[in-house]
Amino acid sequence: MVAGVAGGIGRHLGLHPNIVRAGFIGLSFALGFGIVVYVLTWLLAPLEEATSTLRAPVRSIRMPTRSQALGIGLIVVGLVVVLWITGFWFGGDLGWPVVLAAIGFAILWARSTDDGRGRWTLSGLGTPFESVVKGQVSLPRIAIGSLLILAGMAVFLAANTSLAAAGNVLLAMIVAIGGAALLAGPWVWNMGRELVEERSSRVRSEARAEMAAHLHDSVLQTLALIQRAKAPREMASLARTQERELRAWLYGRAPELAGVRLRDAIDSMAGRIERQHQVSVEAVVVGDAEMDDRLRGLVNAAAEATANAARHSGTTTISVFVEVEEDTISAFVRDQGSGFDPDVVAGDRRGIADSIIGRMERRGGSAYIHSRAGTGTEVVLQLPRSAA
Amino acid sequence: MRARVFVVDDHELFRSGVRSELGGDLEIVGDAGSVEEAVPAIVQTEPDVVLLDVHMAGGGGRAVIDAVRAERPDVRFLALSVSDAAEDVIGVIRAGARGYVTKSISAEELSSAVQRIHDGDAVFSPRLAGFVLDAFGGEAPQPLDPELDLLSRREREVLRYIARGYTYKEVAHELHISVKTVETHVSAVLRKLQLSNRYELTRWAADRRLV
Repeated sequence: MVAGVAGGIGRHLGLHPNIVRAGFIGLSFALGFGIVVYVLTWLLAPLEEATSTLRAPVRSIRMPTRSQALGIGLIVVGLVVVLWITGFWFGGDLGWPVVLAAIGFAILWARSTDDGRGRWTLSGLGTPFESVVKGQVSLPRIAIGSLLILAGMAVFLAANTSLAAAGNVLLAMIVAIGGAALLAGPWVWNMGRELVEERSSRVRSEARAEMAAHLHDSVLQTLALIQRAKAPREMASLARTQERELRAWLYGRAPELAGVRLRDAIDSMAGRIERQHQVSVEAVVVGDAEMDDRLRGLVNAAAEATANAARHSGTTTISVFVEVEEDTISAFVRDQGSGFDPDVVAGDRRGIADSIIGRMERRGGSAYIHSRAGTGTEVVLQLPRSAA
Repeated sequence: MRARVFVVDDHELFRSGVRSELGGDLEIVGDAGSVEEAVPAIVQTEPDVVLLDVHMAGGGGRAVIDAVRAERPDVRFLALSVSDAAEDVIGVIRAGARGYVTKSISAEELSSAVQRIHDGDAVFSPRLAGFVLDAFGGEAPQPLDPELDLLSRREREVLRYIARGYTYKEVAHELHISVKTVETHVSAVLRKLQLSNRYELTRWAADRRLV
């Protein structure tokens, strides 16, 4: 009738607006309660898109958000508590001030979480007011809300000469409002913040997925083509390094994890050898484990074996396979290069003895080297899971 | 007999590269740059082997496999990808590809991989072998179908060698079995990978996506 509230509620509940209106009027006789509900509903309900310019905009009642439900609940509880404590349940000079204060409270807190609709335009009050309010979300609301609460107090004090009762009601109101603010304030604020955070993190991850798809289709493909195109060795190796780094980023393997998980440590080791020696290292890891001192030893020994293969085998591809099993962790470093006879390795080649075999044995593991001239080399490293 | 090959990849440069590299050993019967283009052309030309890019607009390699298999179940697929992401690789194998290689593979290796697919074998790169070991690793709490949900000890051994960078011939030599037997094991693993509904397989892929 006035602001389209009855129509909205009727639509929501599936009742004829007139029945709702009759309900409002009926309620209004009980200390104007119907009017209070009407106004509150008008304030809290979102404005429906008006399809016809001739009709007053109809406010549709949607299911209240949690903050709205809490706001309404607190207001009603506050009202009841105040009326009950003071024993003036039907006292006319108490009712209106409380209603004013409650509306002020509602204006202060309601809708403060929903930042989309938080731009409180007050379309019902007409454009001049709207233009003043527009652009400033919270200040007018605070001002109006506070004014209403103060007005409520003033009306009450003016109408009521009993200072004791005034004290009681003021105290009750302050307690109710203060408590509500304490309870709802941080929660409402948190909800707003969480909403903003969630939204921005979703935007970030969407942007990242989009960028990943794009990089995948362009840069990764190009890097693969460079490696295929019989490019000079340095260039192919550069492309491979870039590919590895990009892939690690795209698929979320952060370099800082290299010190934490075995899988990442092996990957980063392979990348390092690739860069240093311009070979390609195909690293395959099955299972995963938390890095510790013994595993670092294993990774270092594997790195030494891989670097040896890169330096001496004469091939450009080295396979690294690491498998984590229940009781053992094994690493295999293999090349299909020139090979050598491990028994006739010159004494100055300390790499194998110290960096590989010694390193493994100090940690309770073992290292074997299978190699024959012409068929390549395989270094097998094994480490029991627990230091027996 | 030279294998008749069809190339599907949305990168023109890659298609022309493969055409010129493989043209000698294999017969390239056509190529396509998109899913919509590829499906009718494959159905029409009936190639032996389709070289298939995993990542393409409109559903990628899986969409091509799904559409073609309904009409030409004999066409075999070798998946090519730059991604190396486990869910892509496992996904395209489970859709029906008989092998997976990375795009940086050399021309000779690619040619021999196509030939092996043509001969009815499966092509496992070390990385794919690693993925499979990972997927079938650990104890299945209650294998629904032991026939499909578990790898035999021998299959596991074969996969380990492949992951270590051994060729089928070298694996056969190490295990004192024939190359044909190695191929049989690999095909059995491929079948399990495609048909097993093992819980771990899906969970594992999902886990990898989150890592």
